[in-house]
Amino acid sequence: MATAVELAIEKIDEYKSKIGRTLGTPMRLRDLIRQVRAARTMAEERAVVDRESANIRESFRDDDSPWKCRNIAKLLYIHMLGYPAHFGQMECMKLVAHPRFTDKRIGYLGAMLLLDERSEVHMLVTNSLKNDLTCSTQFVSGLALCTLGSICSAEMCRDLANEVEKIIKQNNAYLKKKAALCAFRIVRKVPELMEVFIPCTRSLLGEKNHGVLMGATTLVTEMCEKSPDVLNHFKKLVPNLVRILKNLLMSGYSPEHDVTGISDPFLQVKILRLLRVLGKDDVRVTEEMNDILAQVATNTETAKNVGNAILYETVLTIMEIKSESGLRILAVNILGRFLLNTDKNIRYVALNTLLKTVHVDYQAVQRHRNVVVECLKDPDISIRKRAMELCFALMNRTNIAIMTKEVLIFLETADAEFKSECASRMYIATERYSPNHEWHLDTMITVLRLAGKYVPDEVVSCMIQMISANEQLQSYAVSQLYHAAQKDAINAQPLLQVAFWTIGEFGDLLLQPTDVDSTPISENDVVGVFESVLPSALTSLWTKCYGVTALAKLGTRFQSTGDRIGALVRMNQAHIQLELQQRSVEFNVILNLGDLRDGLLERMPVITHNSLNAAAPSMIDEEVSAESGAPVVTNGDLLGDLNLGGGGSTNPSNDYSSDLLGVGVGSGAASAQAPPPPPPPTSNSNILDIFGDTPSSNAAGGFDFGMAAPAKEPTYQPVIAINKGGIEVQLQVIETWKNEKARLRMTAYNYTPRTLSNYNFFAAVTKTFEIALEPASSPNIDPNEHTTQFMTITRKAPNTTARMRTKISYIVDGTEQVGEGVVNEFPGL
Amino acid sequence: MIKAILVINNHGKPRLLKFYQHYPEEKQQQIVRETFQLVSKRDDNVCNFLEGGTLIDGNDYRLIYRHYATLYFIFCVDSSESELGILDLIQVFVETLDRCFENVCELDLIFHVDRVHHILGEIVMGGMVLETNMNEILQRIQEQDKIQKQEAGITAAPARAVSAVKNMNISQQLKDIKLPDLPSLSNLKNAF
Repeated sequence: MATAVELAIEKIDEYKSKIGRTLGTPMRLRDLIRQVRAARTMAEERAVVDRESANIRESFRDDDSPWKCRNIAKLLYIHMLGYPAHFGQMECMKLVAHPRFTDKRIGYLGAMLLLDERSEVHMLVTNSLKNDLTCSTQFVSGLALCTLGSICSAEMCRDLANEVEKIIKQNNAYLKKKAALCAFRIVRKVPELMEVFIPCTRSLLGEKNHGVLMGATTLVTEMCEKSPDVLNHFKKLVPNLVRILKNLLMSGYSPEHDVTGISDPFLQVKILRLLRVLGKDDVRVTEEMNDILAQVATNTETAKNVGNAILYETVLTIMEIKSESGLRILAVNILGRFLLNTDKNIRYVALNTLLKTVHVDYQAVQRHRNVVVECLKDPDISIRKRAMELCFALMNRTNIAIMTKEVLIFLETADAEFKSECASRMYIATERYSPNHEWHLDTMITVLRLAGKYVPDEVVSCMIQMISANEQLQSYAVSQLYHAAQKDAINAQPLLQVAFWTIGEFGDLLLQPTDVDSTPISENDVVGVFESVLPSALTSLWTKCYGVTALAKLGTRFQSTGDRIGALVRMNQAHIQLELQQRSVEFNVILNLGDLRDGLLERMPVITHNSLNAAAPSMIDEEVSAESGAPVVTNGDLLGDLNLGGGGSTNPSNDYSSDLLGVGVGSGAASAQAPPPPPPPTSNSNILDIFGDTPSSNAAGGFDFGMAAPAKEPTYQPVIAINKGGIEVQLQVIETWKNEKARLRMTAYNYTPRTLSNYNFFAAVTKTFEIALEPASSPNIDPNEHTTQFMTITRKAPNTTARMRTKISYIVDGTEQVGEGVVNEFPGL
Repeated sequence: MIKAILVINNHGKPRLLKFYQHYPEEKQQQIVRETFQLVSKRDDNVCNFLEGGTLIDGNDYRLIYRHYATLYFIFCVDSSESELGILDLIQVFVETLDRCFENVCELDLIFHVDRVHHILGEIVMGGMVLETNMNEILQRIQEQDKIQKQEAGITAAPARAVSAVKNMNISQQLKDIKLPDLPSLSNLKNAF
């Protein structure tokens, strides 16, 4: 019955359409939509659209047609489907010039959707807009404002800015709010037109209508971001904004703007954002808004999303304007509660914000570490990713052991895309915070095993560099890696690569018993590992290259297994991969060179640089607490204009041997001959960490605690490195070059009437030098007092001039200050 | 700032496209396809924010979306917008549509796309939030619709008597056109 009725209606409708078309009436929009929806294939749909487009074009030629409105409506539908519709632009212009509201409405909609900024039609639409902006009918003016706000070009802005300003001054709230947003777009397009709107905008912020306030706030925010002068101008309005916000908080039930019990959350969010812009880097303005921020943070209901939106914006504002410490702790605690929220969107924005916040208030974020770790197990991949990043940001010397445990659990089941990033970050974290080298090595072996084939090549080369650079670690490393390689490591090619390199270099250490309990390892056992891995089809090309190279080296370190080693090397002489084939042929020849081969296959010189730790200090040998010490910092930014280009390898090795022993991209950094690659982007955050509040370790390379100062050393003139805000930093050579080392003393004088706290001194030297800083005598400097700090510079190339870039950071009256300087010449060096 | 508002159904068909910055037509369609691929592969139990995509102005943009029955409501925004605030704005938009169309469903958006654009124009203008008070929005829409009806009445005076019979059929026809098997959007809004 219902179906029959539908069929009857369809037939009646079709009949009416046919009658209409017979009389010259074009198809109705509804009919076109129905036909498009009835099409079963794309070709059929295109046929329908093409036929109707042709009809529309035909109809456009009749300038007096009363059906323009209908045709444009159909054309907009065609446009949405992705078919060409630009030929309707001129018809839209004709429609907007019509007196009928119906025609204007569809014409302006068409203008917004079809016009582009380069169109010549813009001149025509500018004229229509100018007329309609002054129309007495508010909805016509509203349409014009809406269109101008969507498609304004620079010329259009200049022509119509004054008209928009006039509307802002009118009493019509409906048009005022639209004009404010229109002004926003004009200012964004042509910033110099800002001046037109500055006077009238002040009064906008005194309005009662929430829509007008919303538009005004948006406009002011944009103007303040564009111009520092305007920013200062509107800072005087902070008390007004605070009052509006207070009224929204205090007001009783207001049905007009109530959203689940909260008064106009959208306006609150907008005002909070404007306060953020106004209060940034301005202590006085910040103080004016501290109270209201605390009030919003403590009084806003959190049961619904709108309340959380307000709290979220409040937290962002508190963090951005560097509020007082108590307020920041409150903000971080709000984020901590967000982390426990059942709504995944709330958790996501909390992690996002904590990630940006962690460097502003490190200790406050640390308190929520356990909850962050829990987020590693969230079913949402977006949340897991943010949680992982935040875990690494929160790692420090104190918590690295427990945090590493959690991250490794996460790594075991993580998605493939996470394993790679996690492995890199884990190396950086362990290098900076490891309690000792053995722990660092063990942790990274676990990482290589869990991350499997997803470990980046740079981590492989960095681990090789770590083992190479720490002699006391090598015996332990070769043993641990040997046992790791013995297990089923075929799925962890990078682990095999590190193990092979290490066994090749230090395989002889495996044969020496380390303690009574360990099982003796024989040459046969070691070669057996290679015999089980190398022939496998699952072993990657680069792993085989590492393996062949390692075997060649073992040929000079082992005695009884020479024949087996030779056989393994020769096995690949006909390999289809030229890299492996050539390596096998050449090593086979070398192994038969007699005395010459021992020299060729000696241990590689110490590798002193790798791509991941360019910004991280090397680990100290002694356990020295140096919370206020400054690490060695060598990075491109700080040394940019000090680079003398005199750098070069300080360990020149046999070119023939070096070239021959290279094993491709994976171990490019394993050769001292290779130039150090540039630091990856992740190093930048570490550089920022070092200059922030994060505790950092001391650098001890080359430092000799026990060296006594020789008597009767000549006195050298100090130089002023930094002189800023009453803080003077002097550098003085106290011991000139001896064994390519020199000693300097930094003295910082506080000539201000206030106490400095958390004083930190940083120094960077050019590539031909290394610098190591001792802890400062005190991190706090009272008025008219000073602190001292000693440092040692090591010269890598004789007769080069030392240059240094320096930086200090300290806190005075709760605000962190930073100073910088460059020293180009040191008396005595 | 809101750069684009897209309403796309579960099969990738666009139901509403509004760009607040100019993009060539082919680029607009590319954005629609890519955006749909990004949001459609996400479960309903993951958060409603997305970073990624390569088409809109480089990298300072995010997708914030809600999924209602057969439709995705997707806002492409830059970093100055509050993610949670935009989620609430989508809610205001959907509830307004629900009030304008009396139990709105996808077919209403299909057959009244021009009217949906007009409604959106009273909520978002120039890429920024214009009005969030639903009563104010509805009142303005109704006033403008009334003007349009009055104009239609004036110009159609000669055929009024004949149209009376047709209009009766049309109203009956509209009721029957709504397919009963499409679930209503309003039933799912309460879940958010």
